[in-house]
Amino acid sequence: MAPVEEAVKPAAGTMDGGDFDRRTADWYIDKVVQALIFVGGISAIIFVVGIFVFITKEGLGFILDRFDFVEFFTSPYWYPAEEEDPEYGILAMIAGTASVTVLAMLVAIPFSLGTAIYIAEFATGKTRETLKILVELLAAIPSVVWGFIGLSIMNPLIIDLFDVPVGLNVLNAGIILGLMAAPIMTSIAEDALKAVPDRYREAAEAMGATRWQVIQKTVLPAARNGLLGAVLLGVGRAFGETMAVLMATGHSINIPGSVFDSVRALPATIAAELGETAVGSEHYQALFTLGIFLFMVTFVINLSADLIVRDTAKK
Amino acid sequence: MFETSTLNARNQQVQRLVRILFLMMTLFLIVPVLIILGTLIVKGSSVISIDFLFTSPTDGMTAGGIFPALLGTVFLVAVDLVIAIPIGISAAIYLSEYAGNNWLTRVINLAIINLAGVPSIVHALFGLGAFVLFFGFGTSILAASLTLAIMTLPLVIVASKESMQAVPQAFREASWNMGATRWQTIRRVVLPNAIPGILTGLILEISRTAGETAPIMFTGAVFFTPFLPQGIFDQTMAMPLHLFVVATQVPGVPEDLPYGVALMLIALVLFMNALSIAFRAWLRGKKKW
Repeated sequence: MAPVEEAVKPAAGTMDGGDFDRRTADWYIDKVVQALIFVGGISAIIFVVGIFVFITKEGLGFILDRFDFVEFFTSPYWYPAEEEDPEYGILAMIAGTASVTVLAMLVAIPFSLGTAIYIAEFATGKTRETLKILVELLAAIPSVVWGFIGLSIMNPLIIDLFDVPVGLNVLNAGIILGLMAAPIMTSIAEDALKAVPDRYREAAEAMGATRWQVIQKTVLPAARNGLLGAVLLGVGRAFGETMAVLMATGHSINIPGSVFDSVRALPATIAAELGETAVGSEHYQALFTLGIFLFMVTFVINLSADLIVRDTAKK
Repeated sequence: MFETSTLNARNQQVQRLVRILFLMMTLFLIVPVLIILGTLIVKGSSVISIDFLFTSPTDGMTAGGIFPALLGTVFLVAVDLVIAIPIGISAAIYLSEYAGNNWLTRVINLAIINLAGVPSIVHALFGLGAFVLFFGFGTSILAASLTLAIMTLPLVIVASKESMQAVPQAFREASWNMGATRWQTIRRVVLPNAIPGILTGLILEISRTAGETAPIMFTGAVFFTPFLPQGIFDQTMAMPLHLFVVATQVPGVPEDLPYGVALMLIALVLFMNALSIAFRAWLRGKKKW
């Protein structure tokens, strides 16, 4: 085949300025770099799969030997350290996580959406920039600092205000978590409002609508999916939050009867107990099984948020 | 004929009320947090001194300073950056310069969202299972930084991608027309124009990494060690974990000490954030196209 190739390819240097064979050193570098960049490009996929594979690998022993679906999800008794007959029921922790998340969303949803609407639709110029920067800074406060605030500032405050013996409870963690999630939800919701084309607003204004009517009748319906996505991401974040919840809930196993009960959350349980377990023990594997459960729940939440937001983007 | 009708006047009133309502909601969200931060500053500033920053904890961590934790956090962030920069920026280059509008790109974007959304404690479990045990790095700065880098990767990717996508397509076309390869174009045209935006993202990455607790708890950070880290296979103390420890784990800590630690941590994090915001504002003013 060599002669044919020779014939097709113009001999090097025969044309003015021209080697049309592009396989120079630069061409090879380009191909090598492209391959490397492709590996970097799919790294996020590799890591997400890796997370699932490795936590499953560590938790698999428990799932195969000891896992009892009914006990796991319906028993409120979590006594993994018992020598004789350890019990692995996460119902109380699900209730703890759920109660804190619900309260957090009751705080965060109205205030973050209200703030997002104010920043995107009412505020102008310097006020708007200042508010945006403040929200961004609030979002940056580390979760362990929030936990410390719950522990040392909110705790005595709740004891004083409501005359209860312990201030580390659903109320404390819910407010802390709501304040934590709100700035992020505000940013995402504001992006969703900004994505509504100005011509919608102009059309409504031309019909004589006030600013509020424009927001209520035009902007909010158009941004509905984006706002829902913001709420879902907030839920996902509140659900998975570890340190702040560990420090502010009181961390005692309880199915809460009121907001003044101490509870324990799923992620916090892993953080508090993993250090005390021996690698490979049943307790250790059970904590990884909790991790698999957390991973799957947040995966579903994030996936639905993404699908909902994408749905808007298409329109 | 053009007088405001009563209906219109009522609408105007509603509009004013609603505006005030939303302003109140905004203030309700921001003001309490500012008060809390103020409390931290008032209670914490009495603790902070040069000595506090540059000495080790003493007397069972009930006295002394935070130097090993501060140094440990600097180490963790530095190693994290070494890992996150090449991976994050190449992912961003792929998404901005190579990726087509196809299923693979969708899956990558979904993976990035998930990486950011997985609870930090699950990242900790992953770090323990993968880096500490499987790859045999032990509880070390390397294992902790790898865990942190993977967790915060989405930040680097998204910021870098956006600043690369903001480089006008005409710049690339001009470079290709001169006979440059794709990589030459990226290296000499796209990256130099995108570098300020990438830096903004990296500063945010530093801020985020410095504040994370859960991912380093079981992978490399320890409650207390009398030694300063000598290399990437050593364990270390770290600021966020140190705050957790003095706030909850050690009996007999003076009341103000944790406030000092919290204030230092928050100052560190917010300073990096403010830097990033200022940098971004400066860039916006300088933009040439």
